[in-house]
Amino acid sequence: MASLIAILDVKGKSLIQRSYRDDVPPSHIERFMPLVLDMEEENVQVTPCFSDEGINYMHIRHNNLYLLALSKRNSNAAEIITFLHRLSSVLTEYFKELEEESIRDNFVIVYELLDEMMDFGYPQTTESKILQEYITQESHKLETQVRPPMAVTNAVSWRSEGIRYRKNEVFLDVVESVNLLVNASGNVIRSEILGAVKMKCYLSGMPELRLGLNDKVMFESTGRAARGKSIEMEDVKFHQCVRLSRFENDRTISFIPPDGEFELMSYRLSTPVKPLVWVEASVESHRGSRVEYMVKVRGQFKRRSTANNVEIYVPVPDDADSPKFRTSVGSVVYAPEKSAFVWKIKQLGGGRDYLMRAHFGLPSVRNEEVDKRAPISVKFEIPYFTLSGINVRYLRIVEKSGYQALPWVRYICVSGDDYVLRTITDAKSSSMIAPL
Amino acid sequence: MAAPRKGENWELRQQLNSEYREKRADAIKRVIANHTIGKDCSGLFPDVVKNMQTEDLEQKKLVYLYLMNYAKTQPELVILAVNTFVKDTADPNPLVRALAIRTMSVLRAEKILDYLASPLSRCLKDENPYVRKTAALCVAKVFDLKPELCVEYGFIETLRDLIGDGNPMVVANAVTALADIHEASQTVSPSDPDSPEGSTPPPTSQPSPQLLIIDQPTLAKLLVALNECSEWGRIAVLSTLARYKAVDVQEAEHICERVMPQFQHANAAVVLGAVKVIMIHIKQIQREDLLKSLTRKMAPPLVTLISSAPEIQWVALRNINLLLQKRPDILANEMRVFFCKYNDPPYVKVEKLDIMIRLANANNVETLLGELKEYASEVDVDFVRKAVRAIGQTAIKIEEAAERCVGVLMELIETRVSYVVQEAVIVIKDIFRKYPHSYEGVIPVLCSNLEELDEPEAKASLIWIIGEYAEKIENADELLGTFLESFKEESYPVQLQTLTAIVKLFLKKPDTAQGIVQRVLQAATKDCDSPDVRDRAYIYWRLLSSDPAAAKAVVLSVRPPISLPQTTVAPAILEELLGEISSLASVYHKPAATFIGKGRLGADEIGRQAVEPEDETREKALQTVVAGQQAENLLDFDADDSAPDERRRSLADGLISNQTIASVAKSSNPLDELMDLFSSPNLSAPTANPAQLMPSVPSLMPTSNNNNGPMTSPTPQIVTGGKAEDDLLGLF
Repeated sequence: MASLIAILDVKGKSLIQRSYRDDVPPSHIERFMPLVLDMEEENVQVTPCFSDEGINYMHIRHNNLYLLALSKRNSNAAEIITFLHRLSSVLTEYFKELEEESIRDNFVIVYELLDEMMDFGYPQTTESKILQEYITQESHKLETQVRPPMAVTNAVSWRSEGIRYRKNEVFLDVVESVNLLVNASGNVIRSEILGAVKMKCYLSGMPELRLGLNDKVMFESTGRAARGKSIEMEDVKFHQCVRLSRFENDRTISFIPPDGEFELMSYRLSTPVKPLVWVEASVESHRGSRVEYMVKVRGQFKRRSTANNVEIYVPVPDDADSPKFRTSVGSVVYAPEKSAFVWKIKQLGGGRDYLMRAHFGLPSVRNEEVDKRAPISVKFEIPYFTLSGINVRYLRIVEKSGYQALPWVRYICVSGDDYVLRTITDAKSSSMIAPL
Repeated sequence: MAAPRKGENWELRQQLNSEYREKRADAIKRVIANHTIGKDCSGLFPDVVKNMQTEDLEQKKLVYLYLMNYAKTQPELVILAVNTFVKDTADPNPLVRALAIRTMSVLRAEKILDYLASPLSRCLKDENPYVRKTAALCVAKVFDLKPELCVEYGFIETLRDLIGDGNPMVVANAVTALADIHEASQTVSPSDPDSPEGSTPPPTSQPSPQLLIIDQPTLAKLLVALNECSEWGRIAVLSTLARYKAVDVQEAEHICERVMPQFQHANAAVVLGAVKVIMIHIKQIQREDLLKSLTRKMAPPLVTLISSAPEIQWVALRNINLLLQKRPDILANEMRVFFCKYNDPPYVKVEKLDIMIRLANANNVETLLGELKEYASEVDVDFVRKAVRAIGQTAIKIEEAAERCVGVLMELIETRVSYVVQEAVIVIKDIFRKYPHSYEGVIPVLCSNLEELDEPEAKASLIWIIGEYAEKIENADELLGTFLESFKEESYPVQLQTLTAIVKLFLKKPDTAQGIVQRVLQAATKDCDSPDVRDRAYIYWRLLSSDPAAAKAVVLSVRPPISLPQTTVAPAILEELLGEISSLASVYHKPAATFIGKGRLGADEIGRQAVEPEDETREKALQTVVAGQQAENLLDFDADDSAPDERRRSLADGLISNQTIASVAKSSNPLDELMDLFSSPNLSAPTANPAQLMPSVPSLMPTSNNNNGPMTSPTPQIVTGGKAEDDLLGLF
């Protein structure tokens, strides 16, 4: 429950606000930023929820904005914080970018959305596709007055009736992102696979879909011997269209999909993974004059696969200057705003390895601060490949008109947000790196 | 009052009354734009209201928005809008009907309310579910404004009927509205000064409690609705299920089984809502296999929450922290998922660190230490310090790993990074407290870092170590002498430690320390302006001069070892908080009564708690939270072994047991009095300590740092007695 929702700029000034209950006066919005600054001053952690004089402040950050909810009761913090995130994604879908300007320019719509998405402090409809059916940028004139879409209140609140496509198609993208952490001695100390099944659904009517995966638990429960490999998903999350009780009963994934693009499910595996793209760097630092890097990358996957758009971020001291790079493959740029240089390789073949060298000048005045020990982070994508071995066995589509529809499936493995290696070693003896 | 015929408002007024529709629509937008940037537009009220009757939905919405914001300022003019409102609630377009009833029910004007009842009754039975779901929430709004109206028209009964509605969204909102009314009717006490005009609402304003109770048929309906509702509806249903008291074991089992599939929902609040329901009903369940399967199935969704947006992660982490205090086994093998990511926001890192320590055991400690050491070399000073402290906590928690921890700390001291060294010294002091005489080999290294220390806590810790091991440190008198030289400039905690350490030194090596002890007693009694330091010096002086044996017994007494507590809140409060999973209370780790209402703890709240003797422990704990602030000041005494003496003295007035007072009365020698005070709990029978100590310092025990809320990391508590508390509080 929230009494008031406001969107604030980076200085804490309210850009737009909507009060849902009278128990919290809007003047408390202005108190938010001073409170945050006070906490920072006193070295107290600014947490997403805090309370002051009986008012609870719950907020999230989006770019340079604060989305803030106030309440006086013991509200459901998880619900409100989740709602604020949902609000930011709905507004982003409406305006492409959610920023100060887009809110100012579209205040009428924002008010309408705030009115529709929350009532008396309780979240209502937050599906942006449905909202877009009756809250649009063009104002409605008397001739074509909109009505609430059936979907708003239907059991199937995510799909409208009467959708028609000339060609019925479904595209399935199985995207697995790998997060891992390699320590200085080269061992993987944490790894996880976050998988997602994304759908693009262009189907007419109200189709019933059933998705079959090589799910180990299902094979076991049905007593069927798995043909080929089966995988054990540790945790599965479904879009609200999936019937959870059926999944609980017999692991069947059955649903009526929303129209267009959406994420059907996500899953997680924490089976140990070996680093697909291995990077190590050796650094030779001469304080007060220069620092040199030698970076080695290796594609540790099958030869017939290729990693595309590989980007390797190697951290350098904040005050490094005059970069010089040498590499046999790809390109290197200095990204001072990230205190790193980026080695970009368009295509990295499996089993191949490459070297690059970098040289930076350092100011002769010593930086008093301690060196940051950021890890190397890597981005890449390997198409037609999944680490877990997940497999879409079938996708049945049944609609009462009996049309035939074609499912297309693609697999891709990408680096997650947190694919990092702490494999930067100090080259103590200068012999390691030949001068540039 | 004639408005000036110029300026923006005059212009707007002209436009609002224009004969052209476009112009009027445009003007309304400008009014709202002005309102958005904070300009007062109340003066245009009648002109805006004139535009209410329109076929343009957007314009209607804006006028309604205007009304919502300004109805309070122009209560006498609101009546102008009533007609259109009532008409709109019967509009053929359901969107308009819903909009009208939704807006009408929030206008804070008595006059409107009188006209609201019959349209609302109509809308509650509207054929369109969109209108019904909107109307359902309106009942809660009306209850908020005028409870007697709800009772008079039987709206609450209608809401109950709506739980059986065919449409899940309507069901969800009916459940939400009932829960809201339930909460509101609980908080409105007869003497509530917030109630209109301070008058006591007539007795009819209270809905009969039966209406808000969930019975078995309702339960069945809720369980059906749970699978059909939208995500937000599920949250409402889950919170209501959490309020339901299962009649028997079978029912509790049934509820858990039906709720469990919700773990797979993508919405974090639904997952936490399901966890809450399970945590409440699991108490009744005895079947081993079900219990196992419930806890086993709870782990993966909790872990997955750690991959969500940072703010959601944080809410989840705070709740996981609570869950682990009750059931440490649920995530026993999952420590690695809580490893901090380099780019995690600081508030997430701190929570993760805390949970990592909770999950540490002999099997994973090696990995944990490697990770903590890595954190200790990051740049965020605050986080680095916490990481170093975490190493100390690990040592205290896992005896087998203590040696490794000390090793890591020594490596960190070698980095010579000032704040790392200081923190490490503080931490090592605690390791000494836990494992006395085990790692004396590190003392020389610590002493060699003496010059590096500039923070009081670190200094005090090192001095404590020197005093404690004075007999083993050859140049202890020299080292302590350097602190004595700067005695006047030091902060009080350091002074207190220096004083005690030198007295210890004297008791251990009386022949070499005669001079230094005289100097410190002189300095502390003459040149010090802290009464604490002075008083302590006087006590020592008297003890030493009259009865050195007693002095030895007091100053060199064996301290009980410290340990990491499993919980950070009192058991009764933990139970209460676990029933509130996902709420702010569970996120702050403090009961709702401490942060809602007026001020930090509404006095009326306390009164209410006191009247209802439902749960004595809980109540006690609550009051402890109130006393927390005060208690914390007491606990803020620096790390010191003899601080409890002080504390007992400062608390003496009210807290000395009758027995002690009696003995004091009998005794003629003032020193005997003192000895009595100290020795009764402390020296004679260490095993009896806790029991004797507890009643006298109740507020210092479990919940004392509760009211620090979400900002504090859990505070370890002492198992054996009051003595070591402040050391630890200083530490963590």
